[in-house]
Amino acid sequence: MRRRGLILGAAGLAGAFGFMMGLGAWRGGDPPPPRGGEGARDGERMDLSRMAWELTDDHGTRVAPRDWLGQASMVFFGFTWCPDVCPTTLMDISGWLDDLGPDADRIRVSLITVDPKRDSPQVLGEYLSNFDPRIRGLTGSPEDIAKAAAGFAVKYERVPRDDGDYTMNHTSGVYVFRPSGALSSIIDFHEDRQFAVPKIRRAIE
Amino acid sequence: MKRFAIVLGLAVMLPLAAAAECASVSAGDLTVTGAWSRATIGTARPAVFYVEIRNDGETGDRLTGIDTPVAAMPMLHRTVVKDGVASMPHAEAIDIPAGETVSLAPGGYHGMLMELTAPLAEGETFPVVLRFERAGSVEIDAPVLSIRAQGAECDAAG
Repeated sequence: MRRRGLILGAAGLAGAFGFMMGLGAWRGGDPPPPRGGEGARDGERMDLSRMAWELTDDHGTRVAPRDWLGQASMVFFGFTWCPDVCPTTLMDISGWLDDLGPDADRIRVSLITVDPKRDSPQVLGEYLSNFDPRIRGLTGSPEDIAKAAAGFAVKYERVPRDDGDYTMNHTSGVYVFRPSGALSSIIDFHEDRQFAVPKIRRAIE
Repeated sequence: MKRFAIVLGLAVMLPLAAAAECASVSAGDLTVTGAWSRATIGTARPAVFYVEIRNDGETGDRLTGIDTPVAAMPMLHRTVVKDGVASMPHAEAIDIPAGETVSLAPGGYHGMLMELTAPLAEGETFPVVLRFERAGSVEIDAPVLSIRAQGAECDAAG
């Protein structure tokens, strides 16, 4: 039993190491920086126009960061197998969009999955159909997701469970970008709408 | 005749009061109320369980686990956001300090119902047994609310 534990531990370590090598984006202990992201020099603001990822949305349409320029956008990472954080974030965002009224049409909202193995475009579409219809879901190959996460300096990690299943840890903030593509603000998980909605308005106006 | 009218009045009032107030179960110093869950799409995704526990006693207690016939592997979890990263570690036990109310609520502690035996449909209820270190087992019915629900749709009992 003890030996089995050790072997499992070793396998876990090897897996974790492989994951980090593959992702190459996991950075130690810092909060998600408002600056940086892929292609950014030190101290530069994160900007969609400098990102190079390409993903598929829940309608099957290919999406690249340049497609989002010219309109404000709101992006968050998550996965549909998560019973607590993701429905909460989705409902928070639905509430913000309601508060924005007609201005909500001036911002694009996207969930990028950190669990592309389970979240295909169809699965994302089925799940998101339960929430605000303005929220799109994006997925891709594990490499595509890693590239997008690197662009946003987002961290994610697969966490195996005892029963062989797994869950995901992930950066939970919502990234708000101006129409120019420049990062405007980050809304923390479950942040009160009295702070969140003005942040979104600043990006739109 | 007057008494009859009062009794009749009470009989009409009681069901209304019951609809507005959450089911509540007491065991020792603990009162468990405001249980709810969200509807699921199929059985593959884990479901969630939220509830409120009030300790009116002078001794702390601990919630050490939950059981329910709707899930083969129900566990206590806690959503933790550290350095912007959300994780959902297993909670070995949840302290219910004397004189306090502890909520299992969105974004914090929650019951994670894994390996569902059937999809949870809005409008149904299912029983959940909460195991406490001192108060023992307490069973409460959890109504299944919309996948969009953010809280119990009843008033938590006093």
